[in-house]
Amino acid sequence: MEKKKKRWHIAIFLAPAVLVYSALMIFPLFGTLQLSLFDKVDQQQVFVGLDNFRTLFFNERWAESFWNALKNNTWFFFINMLVQNPVGIMLAAILSSKVVRFSAFFRTAFFIPTILSFVIVGFAWKLILSPIWGIAPDLLDMVGLKSLFAPYLGLESTALTTLALISVWQFVGIPMMLIYASLLSIPDEVLEAAEIDGLTGMSAFLKIKLPLIWPSIGIISILTFVGNFNSFDLIYTTQGGLAGPNYSTDVLGSLLYRTFFGFQTQIGDINMGAALSVVMFGIILAGVSFYLFAIQSRMRRYQF
Amino acid sequence: MNKVKHNPLNIIAAHSVLIIYTVIALFPVFVIILNSFKTRKGIFRHPLAFPDSSTFSVEGYATVFKQGDYMLYFQNSLIVTVVSLFFILLFGAMAAFALSEYRFKGNTLMGLYLALGIMIPIRLGTVAILQIMVASGLINTLSALILVYTASGLPLAVFILSEFMRQVSADLKDAGRIDGLSEYKIFFVLVLPLVRPAMATVAVFNMIPIWNDLWFPLILANGESTKTLTLGSQVFIGQFVTDWNAVLSGLSMAILPVVILYIIFSKQLIRGITSGAVK
Repeated sequence: MEKKKKRWHIAIFLAPAVLVYSALMIFPLFGTLQLSLFDKVDQQQVFVGLDNFRTLFFNERWAESFWNALKNNTWFFFINMLVQNPVGIMLAAILSSKVVRFSAFFRTAFFIPTILSFVIVGFAWKLILSPIWGIAPDLLDMVGLKSLFAPYLGLESTALTTLALISVWQFVGIPMMLIYASLLSIPDEVLEAAEIDGLTGMSAFLKIKLPLIWPSIGIISILTFVGNFNSFDLIYTTQGGLAGPNYSTDVLGSLLYRTFFGFQTQIGDINMGAALSVVMFGIILAGVSFYLFAIQSRMRRYQF
Repeated sequence: MNKVKHNPLNIIAAHSVLIIYTVIALFPVFVIILNSFKTRKGIFRHPLAFPDSSTFSVEGYATVFKQGDYMLYFQNSLIVTVVSLFFILLFGAMAAFALSEYRFKGNTLMGLYLALGIMIPIRLGTVAILQIMVASGLINTLSALILVYTASGLPLAVFILSEFMRQVSADLKDAGRIDGLSEYKIFFVLVLPLVRPAMATVAVFNMIPIWNDLWFPLILANGESTKTLTLGSQVFIGQFVTDWNAVLSGLSMAILPVVILYIIFSKQLIRGITSGAVK
């Protein structure tokens, strides 16, 4: 038998992907980690250990912004998780029902907000909710609820929740699509067997379909988590870089932007920005590991 | 078998929910497009009315074409998206082929290494990416964006494509080898055409986030000549904040390309999700 040659083609097939991915994803992640342990003193990068993290968590000026952003971000995530995913599941459940007509049309309509850029979404909702232009007040007036209107995006107490709901509106298409696909993959025989046993409608959904789509619900939850904990765009386009009013809509992503890139009078601080990135990385890694090891590995999967 | 009767009330209720949600989903888009065809007065007095002979106007569109560098922004977005997708697909498919076709030392490890990036957002490395781009002189070029998007799209592409390539028949490749085809020919001529549907799925998953991204254009390419449509629209809104005709027309024009792309590719998107590409 012929002696095995060096198989250069394997290396050639792998090289471009590995190079680009390592240079722009893995290497920068480590670079950021390294930068977070340094500080700039007299134009020189000096090793300071965990000082930047101490500053971020405990220094009066930094800690206030950081904990505020973390708290807001957590609230933003909870609203998304508790509204977007149930609504998405409900829409998918209705769409996948056999009695529904024009389901392709509805599916497309529900997905359109998801494909729009944050600039369009942010501006559209700012207009609708604007007290000056007044589409929202007029609409509320039509149903006799004018007294409920407030400049929701301009008030510290309501701005963050309003933004979270706008985000729900924008991204409900993703859970809808994934759940819809997994509902469609349930074989008819299973559902017919359930029907014969007298399970239809809601009880069929809860007892038969829901257990079968748990894995997909796990996936949409972790996607929501990762997406929300590095969100930035919607806040920036609607509330600007300062995440107003009075930082009430500041999330980790917008704080990171101001911290390392600078904004208006604030000068960018690369090392503090890196420290904040590392904290965000830790949060996301913790969430993903929790999902992979505590949830996904215990989930029962059914094979048909 | 006896069909279970469906309660007509349920059918009506289901359709009502769907119609109500359709209105909620499309209303903001409708408001923007509708008002982009109206005069300033029409926009403010009756934001929900259809344009009539006294309020119809396309002056906003005229302003956009005259003032804005919309065509340039559009071209930048198109270049960045298309070139990034090309590299994601080419490099991703090559790596996926290596991982699924050959047994070699470190195969599993390499697969895991490349999969790390599926769940980790590339934005977390932005601080260092900015430094790299400044050091290499790529700051404010479209290449910077293309490189970043290629890197961030590769992990999922490799993952999905290698799943599909495992299903390509080994007999076919062996027949090719007996005919004396090189490994490169086997990949490009035999395997690639067979995984075209999977490549379309990968393209659809990556296309919209790249087109709509604001973060990297803002940080890596905010110069006038490299603005993408998303960043350009954001700046445009700031400049023309009082000229609502122009802003609304500009946004309507930004909505159009993605909706067209989506309608073209939506079948592929559904097919991709149903085939289990994201499980």
